[in-house]
Amino acid sequence: MTEEGARNIITPEGEIKLATRDLNLYYDGFQALKAVTVSIAARRITALIGPSGCGKSSFLRCFNRMNDLIEGARLEGEVLLDGRSVYDSGVDVAQLRKRVGMVFQTPNPFPMSVYDNVAYGPRLHGVAGRAELDEVVERSLRAAALWEEVKDKLRQSALDLSGGQQQRLCIARVLAVEPEVLLMDEPCSALDPTATFRIEELMLELVQHYTIVIVTHNMYQASRVSHYAGFFLLGELVEYGETVQIFETPRDRRTDDYVRGRFG
Amino acid sequence: MGNPQDGEAQLVIARSPARARREERLAFAALTAASAIVVLPVLSIMVVMCWRGARGLSWSFLTSPAEGLLAAVVGTVFLVLLTAAFAAPLGIAGAVYLSEYARSGPLVRFIRLAIINLAGVPSVVYGLFGLGLFVMLLGFGRSLLAGACTMALLVLPLVISASEEALRQVPRGLREASFALGATRWQTVRNVVLPNSLPGIMTGIILSVGRAAGETAPILFTAAFFSLTNPIPRSVFDPILALPYQLYVMATEAPGVPESHKWATALVLSALVLGLNLAAISARARLRRARRW
Amino acid sequence: MRRGLGLAWEWLVERVIQIAGLLAIVFVVAIFAFLLRDALPVLRERSMAELLAGEVWSPTADPARLGMLPLLLGSLYVTVGALVIAMPLGIACATYIAEVASPRAREVLKPLVEMLAAIPSVVFGFLGLMLVGPWLAELLRLPIGMFAALGSLMLAFMAMPTIVSVSEDALRAVPRALRENSLALGATRWQTIARVVLPAGRSGVIAAVLLGLGRTIGETMTVLMVTGNAAVIPEGLAGFWRPVRTMTATIASEMGETAYRTPHYHALFFIGLVLFVITFIINTIAEWAIRKTGRLSS
Repeated sequence: MTEEGARNIITPEGEIKLATRDLNLYYDGFQALKAVTVSIAARRITALIGPSGCGKSSFLRCFNRMNDLIEGARLEGEVLLDGRSVYDSGVDVAQLRKRVGMVFQTPNPFPMSVYDNVAYGPRLHGVAGRAELDEVVERSLRAAALWEEVKDKLRQSALDLSGGQQQRLCIARVLAVEPEVLLMDEPCSALDPTATFRIEELMLELVQHYTIVIVTHNMYQASRVSHYAGFFLLGELVEYGETVQIFETPRDRRTDDYVRGRFG
Repeated sequence: MGNPQDGEAQLVIARSPARARREERLAFAALTAASAIVVLPVLSIMVVMCWRGARGLSWSFLTSPAEGLLAAVVGTVFLVLLTAAFAAPLGIAGAVYLSEYARSGPLVRFIRLAIINLAGVPSVVYGLFGLGLFVMLLGFGRSLLAGACTMALLVLPLVISASEEALRQVPRGLREASFALGATRWQTVRNVVLPNSLPGIMTGIILSVGRAAGETAPILFTAAFFSLTNPIPRSVFDPILALPYQLYVMATEAPGVPESHKWATALVLSALVLGLNLAAISARARLRRARRW
Repeated sequence: MRRGLGLAWEWLVERVIQIAGLLAIVFVVAIFAFLLRDALPVLRERSMAELLAGEVWSPTADPARLGMLPLLLGSLYVTVGALVIAMPLGIACATYIAEVASPRAREVLKPLVEMLAAIPSVVFGFLGLMLVGPWLAELLRLPIGMFAALGSLMLAFMAMPTIVSVSEDALRAVPRALRENSLALGATRWQTIARVVLPAGRSGVIAAVLLGLGRTIGETMTVLMVTGNAAVIPEGLAGFWRPVRTMTATIASEMGETAYRTPHYHALFFIGLVLFVITFIINTIAEWAIRKTGRLSS
């Protein structure tokens, strides 16, 4: 990375939750990420913006090692959670994914009841008692601002819920395993504006307890909810800093072009 | 008009569309006729069989142990149930491997090649293998057990293919969601993939049961025999009567069997096999419509 | 948390599943090995040339004559005859279903063809023996209602469903863009089918025919019941109207009465080995052709 490039990546103050150093990612020879070095602040919302296909989602998936599931994916460099590499030999991937949760672009509830969806994670990790599960389910659904709407429908199929409700259910599902980080890959792109608004409100509540990294196409959303923002272009992290600075006084010409909508 | 060549070209263009249309009509008629030939002849002799078979069918023929089909039906039922019991776990596990665990590479290619070959091995060769391994080497003798083991091998490719297809129908997003919550691969398979593909897997098992009910050659030397008394097997080491073998012997070797009995047996066997296949096909169609993702 | 135990269990389950996957290869090898084991002893008493090219199959004679040529030719006649009938009809029917038929017609035809495939071979043999054979014999003034061409006819109808479904898959896999380009140039639908779609789906159709061929060579009960079971060398075209005997029928009819471990017993296993090798080669070529179309269909 050039010195000039390095200057465009600031390090946030305070506690750092996630970090990468010189991260390169290859899919069968194609380089999806180029020497990305960045630090993500704890209990803040960090937005990743940029045109389609420039590596934002791939970057997100590095933090919970979901790229391991893709054949032909190869990673160089470091990915750190609380200062420790997630690829350390002692790291249990399932435990990692419990600490670093993910919400996907299209809501993907299991074809089970609402209750069973939320209870799925805790059951995996050993919670078995009826009373305990009931408590976790209610707590998670409340945290996802969904409890009031589904408390009478816990046994109904999750597929009966609306799109926005399903996505909040997926958030509740993740919260039920008590993660420290929430990775959100374009969580609102399949939802209507009202549902989107509710999820954005939810994010602002959740950030008090969780570190949130969100990939989004929607620049208005990024500027509304995030504290920090990073601009990706063709696999390179072009600029990273406080959201206000990125959107109002970007340092790099390319960032400026993007946030002004000159290309998309 | 100028050049004679222009005139010729114009004639060709003017003639072509009509010719092409006529050609098309002829070709489509031929294709339709071919399709009719593929299905109608067999359909008609099946109808004849139903007619003659129904006339020979009586309740006593079906249920009388001595002269009737009861023992053969029971034998067939035992055979296919035991076959399914062997083939289902093996086939499903194999399909799970191919769909959920295997990395692409030469090994998987060999496995798929092996499955295609197993599907293509002549049924009489399965009978020979069963004779050599189960009847002789392992000492089961001519028995229900040897027959079921042999038949299980025969239907295994069918179970694997149908199960793999059912597993692949489960959308990727569900697996990803499970992994992202910290589940291991087996936990994901057991809790998300298998439960949601069970109906499709069951369809495959029904299809293989139908196949096993109709095959003769694999049990010729391994399990079946012909008798006019009422032998119902008492253990898995006993030989059995089976519908297809019964039909074969009645039609070719046994003297003095009334015609009506032969047709009735053919009808019962066909009804059983086709009934199972119909059940599986309609279950599959209903599944596709009911899918909610 | 019981993580350690959980990991060990996970490892065990994965191993079991992996073994299940590899079993397919194990079984193919095992079948080959067993056939080999019980077939090779015959070579101690007869030479390969004598077996494969010998003209007389008379195992009960003394000394036993074990020449397979009549059986090989019997299988050849019946198979070739079946393919001559089944190929054009099957491919035509597949073309009709994939390209011409209305959705309603397709909804009726496809299940019908699937049901056809499910009819047990012993039922086909029975119907051939009781109905079709005598009818044809009367029509063509033949001495008996059991002859090679009858076997070809019945086998053709058994192979057609395979040829139809695999070919139809291959034709459907041809990209829509190719068809649309042809039509946009002013070609009729038939011209498009004949000049664009069929050539593009060529390898899938070849695979379909090969799979049908494999099924035909391996058929046992039908030929056992309708071809007359006379182990004689068929002569020219007239051979189609006389009884023959195939390799499969030989095994099926003689194995039951053969004493264990006699040359006859080993010779029957040898026939089985030959059958296995032939179908293995056919199926391997078919798999290669299927992979060329980019899909795996069963």
